[in-house]
Amino acid sequence: MRRVVITGMGIYSTIGKNLSEVRDSLYHGRSGIGLDPERKNMGFRSGLTGRIERPDLKGKLHRRFRVGLGEEGEYAYIATIEALANARIDINFLEKNETGILYGNDSTARSVVNSFDMLREKKDTTLIGSGSIFQSMNSTISMNLSVIFKLKGINFTVSGACASGSHAIGLGYFFIKHGLQNSIICGGGQEISLHSMGSFDGLSAFSIRENEPTKASRPFDKERDGLVPSGGAATVILVEYESARRRGAPIIAEVIGYGFSSNGEHISQPNIEGPSRSLEMALRDSGLKAREIDYINAHATSTPIGDLNEAIAIDRIFNGLKTPVSSTKSMTGHEMWMGGASEVIYSTLMMQDSFVAPNINFETPDEASAKLNIINETIQKKINIFLSNSFGFGGTNSTIIVRKNCF
Amino acid sequence: MMLLNVREMQREKMIKTINDFLIDEIEIEKNRIKPTALLKKDLGIDSLDFVDVAVVIEKNFGLKIKGEEMTNVKTLQDFYDFIYHRIRG
Repeated sequence: MRRVVITGMGIYSTIGKNLSEVRDSLYHGRSGIGLDPERKNMGFRSGLTGRIERPDLKGKLHRRFRVGLGEEGEYAYIATIEALANARIDINFLEKNETGILYGNDSTARSVVNSFDMLREKKDTTLIGSGSIFQSMNSTISMNLSVIFKLKGINFTVSGACASGSHAIGLGYFFIKHGLQNSIICGGGQEISLHSMGSFDGLSAFSIRENEPTKASRPFDKERDGLVPSGGAATVILVEYESARRRGAPIIAEVIGYGFSSNGEHISQPNIEGPSRSLEMALRDSGLKAREIDYINAHATSTPIGDLNEAIAIDRIFNGLKTPVSSTKSMTGHEMWMGGASEVIYSTLMMQDSFVAPNINFETPDEASAKLNIINETIQKKINIFLSNSFGFGGTNSTIIVRKNCF
Repeated sequence: MMLLNVREMQREKMIKTINDFLIDEIEIEKNRIKPTALLKKDLGIDSLDFVDVAVVIEKNFGLKIKGEEMTNVKTLQDFYDFIYHRIRG
């Protein structure tokens, strides 16, 4: 069976605009969360959100490419530029070598709202502008990046709610492993705009600890009161090992397992069985035992029921092993469609520099989280293999296992 | 005579507005902006760019223009003339 390696990574997130800044934030347990007064003016229950600066691409990217990018597309473009540079892939390579894109995304609310507001005002569709349709489709990231980077391989968007980015990596791994592609740009992007979050806020799923924004996201902590929405984009370049080796590409890590499942129950309430099956499947696929996993990057978003059920599922599979666990969402907030991809990058950065980033704000365990070895302060630790969980609405679950480059 | 001057001033202002837009928004290099330049071949304005041109024309001149009305508009000079005649009704 063909082996699948990561040859490049790129990130644009609330805790850093590139790998170096993000690595620093992870190590120091820095939060990217703040308060957005505009959300309160709009009637949001919670004004908490990840904070990110929108990149200015004028002068860096041709106008024809720029106008089709919504905010999530801009984040994904920046992340992908970094990932390709690190993988030592340039546009000439992409033109001559079939490369695909599988990117996670599950909304384009800001673009849709803006274009329809324009239509209401002008009463003429031709006055909406040429970029709107390409910003508004859910496949906006894959469609735009495939044109910008002249990609010739597989090309579509993966919409799997908050597991989108993880499934995108899992599918990329699957396509390469089974000989269908040699290299694929995988990742996840997430708009951070309030447009995309109003209806979610209405479910009372967000933390309202507004007086302490950086303490609001507290996965697994007994006093958690909900998630904090966030966003950005994360890109990994997946390549078939032999072709990467022949080209002399940097080999950062190897994807060795992908597990997935569906809960088949409630649309928003997670359960224990579904995530457990995803974890077990990923372990089976990798051929590993639970004891061989050195670090678990939990999905845990800081919601009462989600974290509880994940803690039970992890304890069921990793019973008594005391495997270090942390949820980087404690710092980033919930990056949703992006999260599965960014968390593979966060974990890989930890693996590269031999540390476990803290699950900040984890102060008091509840009954389930007390059974896990949750790391709330940075520790130095050699990580050879990590596992990353991502779960989403509709009961979609995804688990990725990655091993340090040992070639 | 005075009327002619006013018209000429209006025309020059219109041309400047169009040129500024082509340079700033459509990002065409300034030295390519010539009356004889072909919109598609020389300036690279494609059908998608034209949608944005129409948006700016509406914004600046209050005119709604459609692609099908412009089948004879080939050069930048043709475009100036087309807009000028539409403004003047």
